[in-house]
Amino acid sequence: MTDEEILQLLYEETLTGNAPAVAGGVNDGLAQGMPPESMLFDALIPSLEEVGARFERGDYFVPEMLIAARAMQGALDILRPLLADNESAQIGTFLMGTVKGDVHDIGKNLCNIMLEGAGFNVIDLGVNVPPEKFIEQIEEHQPDVVGFSAFLTTTMPMFKANINALEKAGLRDRVIVMVGGAPVTQEYADAVGADGYAADASTAVRKAKELIELRREKVLV
Amino acid sequence: MSRVAVIACGALALDVRAISRARGWAVDLYPVPAPLHNRPAQIPDAVQAELERLEGEYDRVLIAYGDCGTYGALDQLLERHEGIERLQGDSCYDVLAREEVRAALEEQPGTYLLTDFLARTFEHTVVRELGLDRHPELLGDYFGNYTRVLWLAQRRTPANQAAAERAAARIGLPLEVLEVGNAGLERALETALAGAVRA
Ligand code: B12
Repeated sequence: MTDEEILQLLYEETLTGNAPAVAGGVNDGLAQGMPPESMLFDALIPSLEEVGARFERGDYFVPEMLIAARAMQGALDILRPLLADNESAQIGTFLMGTVKGDVHDIGKNLCNIMLEGAGFNVIDLGVNVPPEKFIEQIEEHQPDVVGFSAFLTTTMPMFKANINALEKAGLRDRVIVMVGGAPVTQEYADAVGADGYAADASTAVRKAKELIELRREKVLV
Repeated sequence: MSRVAVIACGALALDVRAISRARGWAVDLYPVPAPLHNRPAQIPDAVQAELERLEGEYDRVLIAYGDCGTYGALDQLLERHEGIERLQGDSCYDVLAREEVRAALEEQPGTYLLTDFLARTFEHTVVRELGLDRHPELLGDYFGNYTRVLWLAQRRTPANQAAAERAAARIGLPLEVLEVGNAGLERALETALAGAVRA
């Protein structure tokens, strides 16, 4: 297969969530000397973005998205060691977790995959993460961004609780706070004092990069 | 006599009918497909379509829905239709047993709730909707964080009990039962219908 054909295959098989075909394509690509970055940025990420767009339009539902995400995850597992070190260190570290009392995590996991694909070093704290745990992990890993994910109207108030905990621990200015999840809106994010919000995974990546850049500029000034 | 229509989520429709019969309320029932709760963004449009269809035919219309993940969009729609109310609460679990559900989720965040309707229809409203029939490998992606199934038993009949057990077994979780009955739903309906059924 030509490089072009491999990219096409990766794009299409990720779209339909055919994990074995995607893994096979990645391995074939590597064997014939394709750069990992090309497979990632020219096929896998655009494919998962299209998956997100189809979900938004209602053409895909959660299972289609999950199998596509799994196919992408499989590809990332192969590519990760080869991508390591060159870019991720510069882009930044993203610490992510679903807030206390909430165990929905599909949206969070999808964000993680896209962030990782885009070169972030992602540390996932899982679900039902209490404020103390966020604090402890921020102190340990010194991430650029911390992301709070919530999916129930009853757990969204944990954003505020987490931000209060950050302030109390003297960490609020040291880390960018992003929030998201199905019930969350920009207004809600502003109201709790988050730095950023995104309605979907690709926007989350873009927004996180933007906010990090802004902050680095500020530090330099 | 005043004519009352109830536009009900399919998940509540049978219960609304049973309660109305028992109470002698004369209501016509218009169910909206229950699987929309998995696509809540479409609920306001579906309700709007029913409202338009019934326009001018009834003295009162009640919406037997909670907010149901529309995050205020259903309320925004109803603001444009004066006098039309929905059931108070975020979800049907809320309508059935608000405080008990809150306590159960606090005790175990990984609690998955069943109503009688969900238990009886689990295979298609949950398993098929989530694609678990076609992709059993996704079970862990969906339910890996869950520790128990809590059935909010409205009517603890042997058939419902068996359905709840089957549902819990299907996703590999232990079943606990909380008998809540239909009093919460009845109260919510009563409040919203008060004016209409008196006439
Ligand atoms: C799949 C699903 C489930 C799965 C969850 C599996 C899992 N591991 O996460 C299962 C079936 C287990 C489940 C359980 C429950 N669910 Co549910 N669930 C859904 C459903 C259908 C889809 C959610 C989803 O995964 N969407 C796909 C992802 C990709 O989208 P997303 O979550 O919005 O994430 C995107 C963005 O929000 C953003 N994002 C997400 N996180 C973050 C974080 C940051 C920092 C940023 C920047 C961005 C970001 O990027 C993501 C990717 O694009 C929704 C309905 C709906 N269509 O929204 C109901 C829904 C969320 N669930 C709901 C409910 C009520 C429940 C239950 C209580 C039901 C029950 N019977 O017990 C339980 C929860 C119990 C508990 N203990 O928490 C309600 C919530 C209503 C409310 N007012 O809070 C909804 C809206 C359904 C409804 N209409 O009532 N659910």
